[in-house]
Amino acid sequence: MSGPLLELEGVHTHIGAYHILHGVDLQVARGELTVLLGRNGAGKTTTLRTIMGLWHASAGHVRFDGQEIGAQSTPEIARKGIAYVPENMGIFADLTVRENMILAARGAKNAEEIDAKRLEWVFSLFPAMKKFWQHPAGLLSGGQKQMLAVARAIVEPRHLLLVDEPSKGLAPAIIQNMIAAFRELKQTDTTILLVEQNFNFARQLGDQVAVMDGGRIVHSGTMAALAEDEALQQRLLGLSLGAHQ
Amino acid sequence: MSSSAATPAVPDALPEVKADRIPLLLIPALALLALPAIGSFSTWVTLTFAGLAMGMIIFIIASGLTLVFGLMDVLNFGHGVFITLGAFLAVSVLGAMAPWSTSDRMILNVAVVLVAMLVAMVVTGAVGLGYERLIIRPVYGNGLKQILITMGGMIVGEELIKVIWGPQAIPLPLPTAFRGSVLFGEAAVERYRLIAVVIGLIVFAAMIWVLSNTKVGLLIRAGVHDREMVESLGYHIRRLFVGVFVAGSALAGLGGVMWGLYQQGVMPQMGSAVNVLLFIVIIIGGMGSVGGCFIGALLVGLVANYTGFLVPKVALFSNILLMVVILLWRPAGLYSVGKR
Amino acid sequence: MLSRILSGDFPRSRVLTAVLIVVVLGLALAPFVFPGARALNVAAKICVFIVLVASFDLLLGYTGIVSFAHTMFFGIGAYGVAVAITRMGPSWAAVAAGVGVALVLSFALSLVIGLFSLRVKAMFYAMITLAVAVAFQTLASQLSDLTGGEDGLSFKVPELLTPSFSLSETPFLGVSLNGKLISYYLLFAATVLLFLVMLRIVNSPFGRVLQAIRENEFRAEALGYRTVAYRTASNVLSASFATLAGALLALWLRYNGPDTSLSFEIMIDILLIVVIGGMGTLYGAVVGSAIFIIAQNYLQDLMKLASNATSGVPVLRDLLHPDRWLLWLGLLFIISVYRFPIGIVGKLRVNAWIKARAKAMAAATAKGVS
Repeated sequence: MSGPLLELEGVHTHIGAYHILHGVDLQVARGELTVLLGRNGAGKTTTLRTIMGLWHASAGHVRFDGQEIGAQSTPEIARKGIAYVPENMGIFADLTVRENMILAARGAKNAEEIDAKRLEWVFSLFPAMKKFWQHPAGLLSGGQKQMLAVARAIVEPRHLLLVDEPSKGLAPAIIQNMIAAFRELKQTDTTILLVEQNFNFARQLGDQVAVMDGGRIVHSGTMAALAEDEALQQRLLGLSLGAHQ
Repeated sequence: MSSSAATPAVPDALPEVKADRIPLLLIPALALLALPAIGSFSTWVTLTFAGLAMGMIIFIIASGLTLVFGLMDVLNFGHGVFITLGAFLAVSVLGAMAPWSTSDRMILNVAVVLVAMLVAMVVTGAVGLGYERLIIRPVYGNGLKQILITMGGMIVGEELIKVIWGPQAIPLPLPTAFRGSVLFGEAAVERYRLIAVVIGLIVFAAMIWVLSNTKVGLLIRAGVHDREMVESLGYHIRRLFVGVFVAGSALAGLGGVMWGLYQQGVMPQMGSAVNVLLFIVIIIGGMGSVGGCFIGALLVGLVANYTGFLVPKVALFSNILLMVVILLWRPAGLYSVGKR
Repeated sequence: MLSRILSGDFPRSRVLTAVLIVVVLGLALAPFVFPGARALNVAAKICVFIVLVASFDLLLGYTGIVSFAHTMFFGIGAYGVAVAITRMGPSWAAVAAGVGVALVLSFALSLVIGLFSLRVKAMFYAMITLAVAVAFQTLASQLSDLTGGEDGLSFKVPELLTPSFSLSETPFLGVSLNGKLISYYLLFAATVLLFLVMLRIVNSPFGRVLQAIRENEFRAEALGYRTVAYRTASNVLSASFATLAGALLALWLRYNGPDTSLSFEIMIDILLIVVIGGMGTLYGAVVGSAIFIIAQNYLQDLMKLASNATSGVPVLRDLLHPDRWLLWLGLLFIISVYRFPIGIVGKLRVNAWIKARAKAMAAATAKGVS
């Protein structure tokens, strides 16, 4: 099937009295990793939450695989094969790593029912998950929590991953591990929409890139083109992102 | 799917798992502290069992309330109606099966109480289903309206109970086998209190088992912590909530049967009278925490019985004093549920 | 002139204006129009409840806080007068001292409760105030040396207010001009005065900030208002007016006990009146109190008739039993909360507004055509 896997057209989102998204047009191509860049408050997280149905668009269309999902509830959207890793990681701190993974694997009633081969693969990406399998997730370090959040999103095959700032607050070594994991993930034909502020991180992973500002997409194109064009980077990303490079 | 990921520096061990057991120690600490104050060992045993029995019944009633709050931020000010309903159903069942209830054969006595409990749980659960649909759902997410309308549910529910059973208090005598006391050395412990403690422990154990060993239990625990994430994983938390609400109502009905038998009588106002006690218990325990609710209920029961014996005037305020002390120590309750 | 008295807050609906005029005239002329002790008691109770409910509405309707401790302040006012007169004898000085001490106590308590718990969510505030109210009621019935315990205190009022005091030997329009009449008019005057003061408060800049906080706490805070300070202030004000209402009740009844001023039933009555009358409109307190208390006293008579008429029909007979009047008001309450949370007054105002707009639009269209 052709056409983008996910498509936003003229999406407006209000949160209470505040108008956050002002007509977002975004296409996420199948099998590719699209990075959504932009400074704080540009509307990146709101875009992901709107896709997930956690907030509903007041106008515009959200289409997944050609089908309108804008009016559906969050669980319905998730069941279409969309996984979400929120900025706060959404770890259930009182539950163990194992229990977190059981919940992420919708088809499994207990740990034994999680696809063993898939789980081994997840462990190979994030060995810490195997090591701390029986530990409360709240005791994990920040980087390990981020790994758990991503591991949860991929423990069963999903069509689309929405990942909000996976590099936030992580040590450089952990970021390298995360980049490696995403590269591995890209091999599995999973489509990924990644929100980032760290351009360096984004540049190593992205196929496509979209830049947000003031609740709109102000630029979209290939990552390769943006990576080569210093002037464009300066213009689009401003100084706040320059600091990361 | 071979791994090309560089193995990161995994720290060898996590910080030591330190389960927070201090609140749990409060119960034996309180009991030991009370012993010298009371002086007589046998009196102490009697009071302790009375307190534990009362605490267990309160726990059974309050556990649903705290979970419902934890899961959806819904506080049902009409929870007491389900207690009253359960207790009045027990009156009807025991009345209808009076020959069994007054029989000398223990098995018939036990059977009639089990039937009463079953009927109470089924009916209060069903009423809870309708109540959630009619009272809770229309004002879901609006805290102010929710307080008002559940209060309205309380008023109307209590009046309807008066319509069905009449406004007067009705005695609810214990079946023959449940009466009398058991002697532990010099200490006399009422038989029914022992039974209440056992039932309370069974309910608590069952609840803990469900919460830690079943997927529904995991979902409830996860939902109390982060409702949005549970939905983002593809689960309909509303359905889960309705289930928990119905279960909570049924438990309140069960608690109502036990409370009515404990008091050996029922009256239409018994639910609203217990309401304040329930709120104190779930605040002490930490809103949304089942473990905290259990400890809070036992503390309330013990403190009420000890102070009732030692300083009867203070006993009337003992619950509030206990709440103030606990909140000064831990402002979010014994076990604060890390809610976003 | 009228605008200044009403602080510019007119009823804004013809029907509402008519109802208010009927209620006010009815209360003003009650001793003459509705003879008999029962009718006068009903009128007096309506007056007390207007102040009490309006003071609760300051908190619930204008600030969006649910407190179940409102009867505590009502009780403090009533006990203040009762205890002071019992100790100091029936003098105006005792009344003043009682009211003064009660106000100070209410002020301190409401300040403490407000500062401690207004930071928390509405739900916790409701629960904590419920617990505090129960504790206070227990306290009042335990301190029997001071409060008379469960029996309460019966006391004499200053001579001017006693039935034996007489202004003139000859009855005026068939009503004897005694202390009971003076009592009633004192109560009526106090009600009018307190109500107008509250109307002034909610229409002041302070009142507007409270409403802004109710609508959007986050935004009000962002605009630089210290929401906790404002909410605490409204808590204190609300408590003070409830205290005064309690003092009025005690003076009228010449008695006070836990059931008259502290019981949870009264709290429920207040809630029902405020919601049925209309939250966030002080006029709702007037309309709601009048309807509710008349219903409380006379609906039962009506239900007795209905119940007798249906004595052959088992369930219906019990549903219509006069003692079940609270069932019907409870249902009305639930329906009010989700069908018309703005209450009777709000509904009347909206209707008037829609009518006025339709008229204006019709006029505009007519103009456009010609």
